[in-house]
Amino acid sequence: MNTKKMINFTGMRKPAMILSAVLLVASIVSLFTNGLNLGVDFTGGTVIEIGYTEAADVDKVRKQLTEAKYDAAVQHFGTAKEVLIRIAPQEGVDKSKIGDNVFALLKETNPDIVLRRVEFVGPQIGDELRDDGGTAMLLALAGILIYVTLRFEFRFSVGAIIALVHDVLITVGIFSILRIEFDLTILAAILAIIGYSLNDTIVVFDRVRENFLKLRKATTEESINTSINQTLSRTIVTSLTTLLVLAALFYFGGKIIHGFALAMIIGVAIGTYSSIYVASSSLLMMGVTREALLPPEKEGEDQEEIPESYS
Amino acid sequence: MNRYPLWKYIFIIIVMVAGFIFALPNLYPSQPAVQVSASSTDFPLNDFTLNQISETLAAKEISVVETGPVIDNKVLIRFESPDTQLAAAEVIKETLGKEYNTALNLAPATPSWLSRLNPMNLGLDLRGGVHFLMEVDMKSALDKALTRNSEEFRTFLRSSKIKYLGVKRAGDSLVIQFKTEELRDKARGELKREYRNEIEFEDFETDRGAALKATLTELNINNTKRFALQQNITTLRKRVNELGVAEPVIQQQGLERIVVQLPGVQDPTQAKLILGTTATLEFRLVDEGNNAFTAQSTGRIPPGDKLFFERNGNPILLKSRVMLTGDYITDASAGFGQDDQRPNVSIVLDGKGGKLFAKATGANVQKLMAVVFIEHKTVVTKQEDGSIKKDTKVEREVINVARIQDTLSNRFQITGLDSPQESSQLALLLRAGALAAPVYIVEERTIGPSLGADNIEAGFKSVIIGFILVLIFMAIYYRVFGLVANLALTLNLVLIVAVLSMLQATLTLPGIAGIVLTVGMAVDANVLIYERIKEELRNGLSPQAAIQSGYEKAFSTIADANITTLIAAIVLFGMGTGPIKGFAITLAIGIVSSMFTAIMGTRAVINLIYGGKKRLKKLHI
Repeated sequence: MNTKKMINFTGMRKPAMILSAVLLVASIVSLFTNGLNLGVDFTGGTVIEIGYTEAADVDKVRKQLTEAKYDAAVQHFGTAKEVLIRIAPQEGVDKSKIGDNVFALLKETNPDIVLRRVEFVGPQIGDELRDDGGTAMLLALAGILIYVTLRFEFRFSVGAIIALVHDVLITVGIFSILRIEFDLTILAAILAIIGYSLNDTIVVFDRVRENFLKLRKATTEESINTSINQTLSRTIVTSLTTLLVLAALFYFGGKIIHGFALAMIIGVAIGTYSSIYVASSSLLMMGVTREALLPPEKEGEDQEEIPESYS
Repeated sequence: MNRYPLWKYIFIIIVMVAGFIFALPNLYPSQPAVQVSASSTDFPLNDFTLNQISETLAAKEISVVETGPVIDNKVLIRFESPDTQLAAAEVIKETLGKEYNTALNLAPATPSWLSRLNPMNLGLDLRGGVHFLMEVDMKSALDKALTRNSEEFRTFLRSSKIKYLGVKRAGDSLVIQFKTEELRDKARGELKREYRNEIEFEDFETDRGAALKATLTELNINNTKRFALQQNITTLRKRVNELGVAEPVIQQQGLERIVVQLPGVQDPTQAKLILGTTATLEFRLVDEGNNAFTAQSTGRIPPGDKLFFERNGNPILLKSRVMLTGDYITDASAGFGQDDQRPNVSIVLDGKGGKLFAKATGANVQKLMAVVFIEHKTVVTKQEDGSIKKDTKVEREVINVARIQDTLSNRFQITGLDSPQESSQLALLLRAGALAAPVYIVEERTIGPSLGADNIEAGFKSVIIGFILVLIFMAIYYRVFGLVANLALTLNLVLIVAVLSMLQATLTLPGIAGIVLTVGMAVDANVLIYERIKEELRNGLSPQAAIQSGYEKAFSTIADANITTLIAAIVLFGMGTGPIKGFAITLAIGIVSSMFTAIMGTRAVINLIYGGKKRLKKLHI
């Protein structure tokens, strides 16, 4: 029926599983030991971005702030003319004024500086965001689980969730390993990755369902393999176009969106891999068969084919 | 086969035209403008005021591009450059005085036939401005309610002729002490009738005998909180108006928080000072019979007195009884003393306040009276165990002591302020009214105008580059079909902008990221369809049949994939904080409109190209 050469993806599921396991373990270990480099959105504190008219001397700024008893981290941001100052939450003082005070202090020595950005997040907001972020993630997963169960079958939704958790964990793990700052936009990216990864997985699953009904003589593994191959060019083309725009965001979107674009790029790459290898492998492991998806009245008709499916 | 009925074409064309029209206002750049509005209906904006403005501006050689019509007692005056806008704002402020609010604004330069439609709102991260999230200190609102109640109990019991020993604060309740159980029972009956739904009374025994414990009911607590929040929003709105900000956002968020967004404000320090202070005044008599220094060093404060400090740090003894509080102030304005040219604040009291003050000052002529400046400050700290601790500090400072020369009525002046800035700020705060409970800032995001401009440029650049990259890729990979998909993609972008403009949603940088992402993902639907058509062609279907079955079979996949992404977008939206919300809105709109353009839109064009051809041999796909 199909003359196109097929790649045996399901046959490669052992090495793929090992790769995924290594990535997952590395991510989890790093998350437990390194933790996440949480941004001010989650930890609370103050971030000030200041624009200088010429290249700024970061060491001098740091020294000045240390002398004024601020616990500050100072670095260049984007160009040498911009400086980003992070100030850890301090006890006792009115924290909402730290940003103003620091800017006023630096302006004394350098009257030409401009205030580009101040972000202050109170301690209670940071905690709430962390909780809300977790809740949102769980809610999204629950909503998706319900939808996929209704449209397919329970084991499919478990497969989709496994692929999702896989993608999210590894993306977050990479942020932890590379110590990239994890802020609110990264959280948005993670939730977008959930949507994207699922999109990819659903397309493959849709085909699996169709082929289960169509390819009566094929084994479960063959059906799944055929499905992956049939959707392969779509998976690659869509990932490519998405990566194209993400690359545009990464290079041209400005510094604030940088982390978001990076997280999405990592997530899309892993999502593409997982929808080919992880999602379908988990279907096989859970013993999904074509019967599970057949309408009940056809049961009798299909009975004799059952042994074949298990072979 | 492969023909669309006429109504579908008409429908698509209507959506397309509507999309273009609603998106159109976004193409026009915005112009610097000054918004003038009347602070009350007593001072209407009419031709006379408008003339006054244009004449003064002409005298100062500031050229006006256009003066708009007066709508809702507001008028927009457009200028050529931000420089003339700034200069003009100063001039207008001076000419019209404080009865009118003058605010810098950006007005879209849409032609008049389009002026009913609005472009997208730009978020603070794209236009610069200040965003505050303020929390209302509910504990102090409830404290205030309890204090008020204890006063009321005293008056009520006295007027009902029930003897009591005292009313004391104990934690979150009040304890009313009685001599005998009979008196308590009588009081309980009366009080319960008086405060039926507001306060619960409970019998209680202390070492001094029978007592009643009064606690606010759940309903009363909630009402008090709601009132404090509403009252604070009203006061904040008045203060923001005094600041002169165009299109400010002051909104309730949750049960205890208020969001304040001030577009275009570049100095967060000033805004914070004006919004956050709960400054008010109190007038008290000075105790001239005792020495304040002795009282301070020995710690023995004479009965009926309270120890205060002056600005220079000197102690001063004042009477505990307050002559007048700032609550009665209806108007205040800053000025300078006629004799000494020192900054002062002229105060106007309401009728009741005027009477009270006349009585209090009339009885104490030739005595010293002190003006006490009171400010509430809330300091939030995170404890070792992770819990949050809030401390409200009340700072009281004596700013002025003067001998009462004569009976003061409802109009008088206070002096003793250090600078004109201070006097005008105090006047502003007194005018706008006190906050019902202190507020403190729990989140601030200030974006300077330079960063805003950078963000908007970077955002649009990335959208355009990403968009063009995808267009090129699709055209090369799918040829004719690719071009059709590109048409749909363009329409999709226009529709997203149109819907955002129609909803008057706010476009933020994360929102732009959402648009970019939808551009990437919107082609997915077309990719699914086209791959399916290719597959059907390989399976030996005729071109026409392949198109038909490609669209048909891809549909359920597209629907499933998009609905799951939509679920994620809705959850993101529900989670609710600013930046994420913006991203979720554009993502959700993009998904829905891409379903329309990628499926119906492309099919219409494909049908138009190939539908009529009976002997189609080959598809350029």
